[in-house]
Order: sequence, then C-alpha cells, then structure tokens
Amino acid sequence: MALDPTQPYELHSQVALRPEPFGALAYHYGNRRLTFLKSAEMVDLVSQLDRHPSVNAALDSVGIPSERRDAYLRSLVALEASEVIHAR
Amino acid sequence: MLVDQLKTGLDAPICLTWELTYACNLACVHCLSSSGRRDPDELSTAEAKAVIDELQAMQVFYINIGGGEPMVRPDFFELLEYAIDHRVGVKFSTNGTKLDAEKAVRLAAMDYLDVQISLDGATAEINDKVRGEGSHAASIRAMENLAAANFGPFKISVVITRDNVTQLDAFQAIADTYGAELRLTRLRPSGRGADTWHELHPTNDQQRLLYNWLLDHPRTLTGDSFFHLSAFGEALPGLNLCGAGRVVCLIDPVGDVYACPFVLHDEFRAGNVRDVGGFTNVWRSSDLFTSLREPQSPGACGSCGSYDSCQGGCMAAKFFTGLPLDGPDPECVLGNADDALASVGSGSAPNPGPGHSKPVAVTLSSRPTPRSLPALTPR
Repeated sequence: MALDPTQPYELHSQVALRPEPFGALAYHYGNRRLTFLKSAEMVDLVSQLDRHPSVNAALDSVGIPSERRDAYLRSLVALEASEVIHAR
Repeated sequence: MLVDQLKTGLDAPICLTWELTYACNLACVHCLSSSGRRDPDELSTAEAKAVIDELQAMQVFYINIGGGEPMVRPDFFELLEYAIDHRVGVKFSTNGTKLDAEKAVRLAAMDYLDVQISLDGATAEINDKVRGEGSHAASIRAMENLAAANFGPFKISVVITRDNVTQLDAFQAIADTYGAELRLTRLRPSGRGADTWHELHPTNDQQRLLYNWLLDHPRTLTGDSFFHLSAFGEALPGLNLCGAGRVVCLIDPVGDVYACPFVLHDEFRAGNVRDVGGFTNVWRSSDLFTSLREPQSPGACGSCGSYDSCQGGCMAAKFFTGLPLDGPDPECVLGNADDALASVGSGSAPNPGPGHSKPVAVTLSSRPTPRSLPALTPR
C-alpha cells in the first residue's frame, strides 16, 4: 500500500472518534463505516497525526518503540484504506 | 480480544433502534412490536428532540428508526432533520406505503440518511400472506419512487421465513434492479411473531440453505442476525455475538429502553428515557444492562463443541419460546433444542401481551383471507 511514513497525514474531516474502554470507535460520516481503534496509543497517534510533519514524527511523539512500529504502520495502512486517515 | 471487550459493554450503543410510534397502517403477522394503534403516551416532538440531544452528546453516530410505521408520525421529517443536523445519522425502516414521489425527492436531498423498505416475499403471493394484501405493490412502488428520485442505494429488508427462504436469488434480483442492498434478518418469536413463529420459522434444511447462500453472498447485510447458523461450520461475516444491552438496545415509542429490538417485555426493560438521568443513565447504569455485561454462563450448551461459534444463539428467541436462557436456541442447527422445545407446554411460554395490535383478528392461513387483513387505505 501507498502509506508513506515520511509524509504528513491527518484524521479525515468526516471521521468522528468516540472514546471507549478498549480505545475508540471511529465513524466515517461519508462512507458510514465503523472502525475500531483497539488501543489508547492508536487513538493518541491518529488524533495527533495532523500536528506532526510526518507519520514517523507522530510515532516518535506518542512513544511507539521501534519493535512495534511495523504493526502500527500496518494498522495505519488499513485505516487509510477505510478513509479514516489520509495524506494532507 | 475485541469481541470480549464488546461483551462487557460500551459507553454508548453502536446500534440503537428507536421505534417512533406504535401506529401502523399494516398489521404484519410477525410484527416484533405488535404495532397497530398509537400509544397515547408516545414521546412528544420536544421529548424526542431531547433524546436526540442526548444521543449526540453520547456520540451515537447513527440510529435505526422504525415503528410501527415511522412515516405516519406528523413530525417524522422534523425529527429526521433534527437528528441529521445534530450529527446523528438515520436509517429508517418503512413499509413504503407513505413513501410517495414527493417524499422520495425530499429524502433524496438529505445527507446521512438510509432508507430500508420492508419486503417479506419476492412475489406478492408470499409477501402479502404475512404483510397484508397490497403491501408488496406498496413496497415496490416506494422503491420505484426512490429510484426515480435518484436516492442512491437504499436497502431492502427481508425477514426470512419458511415461505420466502427459497426466494433468496429473486430478492437479490429485485435489489439489483434498483441498485439496492439486500438485508436479511431472522424471524423472531416476538410480538405477534410469537403466534406465527412455529408456522413461519425456517426448517433446519432451510437454515442450511440460507447459511450456504450467505457464505456465497458475503456482502449481504444481516445485522449479525444469523450468528446461530455459524454452528454449521465456518463463521458468517460479522461479530457473531448477541449485542443485547452491550452494543445494542431499543427505545420504544413511550421511551422505554429494552435490551434489544426483539425483547419488548418487562423482563428486559432497563428503564425509560424520561427517568432521572435520561437514556444515558439507563445505558450506563441500569441493573439489567449491568447484568447483561457480566460473563454469561453457557449452561446446557457448555458441553457442545459449537458454543464458541454460536454463543448459544438468540436470547429473545429462547425467551419467547419458553426455553431457558442458558440453553440452546430454539433453532439450534444441531437440533439440541428440539426435545426442550417439544416439551414446552402449550401456553407456558412468556406472553408478549396484546401490545398495540388493533382489535382485529389477524390470522395466518395457507389460503388468502383478504377480509381479515388490513386494506391499504391512506389515513
């Protein structure tokens, strides 16, 4: 997939996040898809994307250790595919 | 696992059904809410708007509106617009009788709106037997109106019965004609369905047919309705869990909150939106919902190798057929409920009550009995 972690991303403007005990629900008002963000770190990461010059910088800021980055990037690819996040 | 977390409940429902009125111009023999007559205590426009305000604050992203027939409420469009303006998207279910060309144009102009037309037979013969004479034509007319107004992909909602389960391809063809999505749901022995379920529910061979069809058509919408069929083998798409009081609930026309749309009975009433603390408090703190979010015992199903697939099935189906809640579903595909079901004495299953049925005998018969079914006259 095309997600480039050196590029800036952001939460889609039509997506609302609802905090839940497991993380958050993300609802896209345009495509009406419901997505589960399954950890508090993931919620932090996705909400902060717009404040960082790249996905990598956002991962640094949230404090995701290097050994877990691939897993997070795979999740972000899925989130881009369901239009929860996009390049800005 | 996510499913385990969902079982312990969410801060707000994902799937909330709101029945706006018990009034209905049809009298379907399987109506879950025994609808017919309006209840004089139904929520006013102002009260309904206050509920929408709460749903917005709780971030309930969308609601399923039904009834009764929601379009007979004079403030139907007012509430629809109010919800959508407050970021609460709406999918509403209708029998289509009120969905004329002018209303279709009005609906097509709205965002965050889905419409679901009920159709319980691909042919008038099968459909009208349960929904009343002329109701098939009314549903098709509503679909024509939505298509002519370029509404986009609306939904066709089918309750699967012994008579229509052989029409799955025909339903799909109707959906394809209109660019619509097909939604199939399970017949429950709830409301007036309690009286007709024994005659109408699919046989086990038909359940197998349905299961295979769903596997072959994974894009079919089911609202996770058929998770009990997962005991046939491969799990069906979806979460495959009973969401009652955990991710799902129902608000009825008088504001009573129930665990799911299929259990309109005192035993599953968690509170009322008019209570202190409103809907939010009922969802988050009611005794009933709290207890539903605790680990459930598999009971008699604990020794069955399929329990992980089917989770023991549907609470409402068990309850209204008089079966224990911690045992197999009456439609257990392995037949594990057959003996128990046969031994439930006549009249000993919980009575769903007369509900809001009109005082007209609606009977299910293999021969058409047009005089006992309601005419589709506008009112």
